[in-house]
Amino acid sequence: MKRRNFLSATATAMAAGLIGLSAAQAADTIKIGAVAPKTGPLAAGAAITHWPNIKLWVTEVNERGGLKLKSGLAKIELIEYDDRTSPGETIKAVQRLATQDKVDFILAPYGTGFNLASAALYARYGYPQITSTSITDKIEEVSKRYPGIFFTLGSTTAFVEGVVDVLKELNSAGKIGKKIAMVNVGDAFGIELANAARPIFQKAGFEIVYDKSYPLGTQDLSPVIKGAKDSNPDAFVAWSYPPDTFGLTEQARIQNFDTKVFYTAVATAFPAFGGKFGTAAEGILGAGGINPDTPEMQAYVAAHTKVNGKAPDAWASPVVYATYQILEQAIEAVGSKDRKAVTKYIHNNTFNTVIGPVTFKQQTNEAFWTVGQWQGGKYYGVKSTGRPGAKPVQLKTGW
Amino acid sequence: MDIIVTGLLLGGTYALIAVGLQLQYGVARIMNLANGEMLVAGAFAAFWVFTGYSLSPLWSMLFAVPLAFGLNWAIYRYLMRPLVRRASSQGQLEVDSILSTFGLAFVFVGVMIAAFGGEYFSYSYLARAFVVFGEPYGLNRVVAFVFSAGLCLALYVWISRSRAGLNIRAVAVDPSAAQLVGIDVGRLSAFAFALGGAIAAAGGTSLSMFLTFDASVGIIFTMKALVIVIMGGVAEVRGAILAAFVLGLAETAVASLIDPGLTLAAAYLLFMLVLLFRPQGIFGRRTS
Repeated sequence: MKRRNFLSATATAMAAGLIGLSAAQAADTIKIGAVAPKTGPLAAGAAITHWPNIKLWVTEVNERGGLKLKSGLAKIELIEYDDRTSPGETIKAVQRLATQDKVDFILAPYGTGFNLASAALYARYGYPQITSTSITDKIEEVSKRYPGIFFTLGSTTAFVEGVVDVLKELNSAGKIGKKIAMVNVGDAFGIELANAARPIFQKAGFEIVYDKSYPLGTQDLSPVIKGAKDSNPDAFVAWSYPPDTFGLTEQARIQNFDTKVFYTAVATAFPAFGGKFGTAAEGILGAGGINPDTPEMQAYVAAHTKVNGKAPDAWASPVVYATYQILEQAIEAVGSKDRKAVTKYIHNNTFNTVIGPVTFKQQTNEAFWTVGQWQGGKYYGVKSTGRPGAKPVQLKTGW
Repeated sequence: MDIIVTGLLLGGTYALIAVGLQLQYGVARIMNLANGEMLVAGAFAAFWVFTGYSLSPLWSMLFAVPLAFGLNWAIYRYLMRPLVRRASSQGQLEVDSILSTFGLAFVFVGVMIAAFGGEYFSYSYLARAFVVFGEPYGLNRVVAFVFSAGLCLALYVWISRSRAGLNIRAVAVDPSAAQLVGIDVGRLSAFAFALGGAIAAAGGTSLSMFLTFDASVGIIFTMKALVIVIMGGVAEVRGAILAAFVLGLAETAVASLIDPGLTLAAAYLLFMLVLLFRPQGIFGRRTS
């Protein structure tokens, strides 16, 4: 009997200790919400670009002891929701994070449509929304309506202009002619890019000799490549999504599509792209880029690889991570969980991030990479709107 | 010529996607919405064997196919048979099986995400040009086509000529009548369901050689398979094979001659025409 009493007394004491401990911890946590797809069509992209960076950031901050507030260090408590690649679910999750979980900050969702769909809710509950994987030509309009939204990755037109600049340079250097074969995936970003590209290409004096779209999820892209090849272009431009970026490149290689410029949009910057195509990837152009040679970027790649067991992609990943660095620096500078003050701080200050210094002008980061290229087994930025370290563009010489 | 070869290659791909579902839906009467996930599981097996052991992805069939057979047999035996027993009509069984396999699909997706992660998977195997009539085609597609054609031919001959095939056709046409003439419908259904799962896994293995896939992509294959199966005629086991090639040729012809953007529209137009004018399927027989 005595022994049992002793045991229950110990248990009670331990429980009391645990409660005391968790109460002490509760004072020192900052609740952060995250919502992005873990299932559905965009889950694969988010698994490469979005979730690993959240994991990296939270791990790093908590290993240091937490975010530095005036009241002391606050560890991050992360609450994650899967939006199943459905904007309706994103909205529900943001609402839940704001009203039920009562989180202090919410990281921006994954994907343009999802960010735009939930922007009104972030604004209503007063959360800053530092977007990364959100590219649109409606930045100005959206920024005016929601003062807490920020854009970092660029606009649709900027990406098209990057490609046109590359082509113009090569053309005026006499390296390529004026004929472009252009294809696009029949889905949101692909259609938007193609629509933006047509007038810009024509204005720059290029002739679009092949202009076709294909449905999302097309299993055989060989007719598309065959058509493009038969039009005998100087440059091939595909406004493509990950599966078709891989599919088009493989078909082009099989059919030995001998073009001097080969551009595929999303996923060209994925490590898996270089891994799959090896030396055949050499000279392929794609959307976005990084300067892999800065010490910040090298440290980031090493930390990402350590925490996630794989390297980040060479376009959006560091930008996603940079938005968390911005949030972190703003929270620490303000020294509290005051969302209004943090938003104001983001508006008016410059942040040191993995992609270099970031300042928001009218809520938009104006310096970003638009075009990259595989050179010597690495994906380098070759065109940007004000980031240093661009490599000169090379011509594609065979497969 | 070029269109015909490309169309046949695509048709072979579609046949691999659809034949498994045809056996499960046509014979076992289970509208298996988790069929696409079985295909993706086969693709993962191939990826694992290729990247982990640098073996030909085709080797993975050695274990993936028997494993899929066993797993699908167990699914039928323990999850589907209670539904079959309970169902008062064919319609009710369809509704029940759709609901339960829809849930099953989520379970499979979750397991695959937990095991492999949710990102894109792609590897290069036999991504070389193979010249047919002076035009280059992907060797991996040609290999998958040869495999698909061999499989379809074997299945076709087996179903048309053998005693077991005759039984399977009997069950597909009328399960209750088949019971009356002494066919063990329960056992045969379990076998057809398991075989369908095994074929889906084998299909996934060969498709993974040239398609980029991820854990959530199965539903796309299921939908395509469903269209093909219904086009071919649910009760006609061999219908899916022919319908797959019809669809492959039609899509390629539209992509090459008109516009690649219209392939989906063409596929669904064809589907609609079949539903309007031959609701029993192109190769299906009208039931009395």
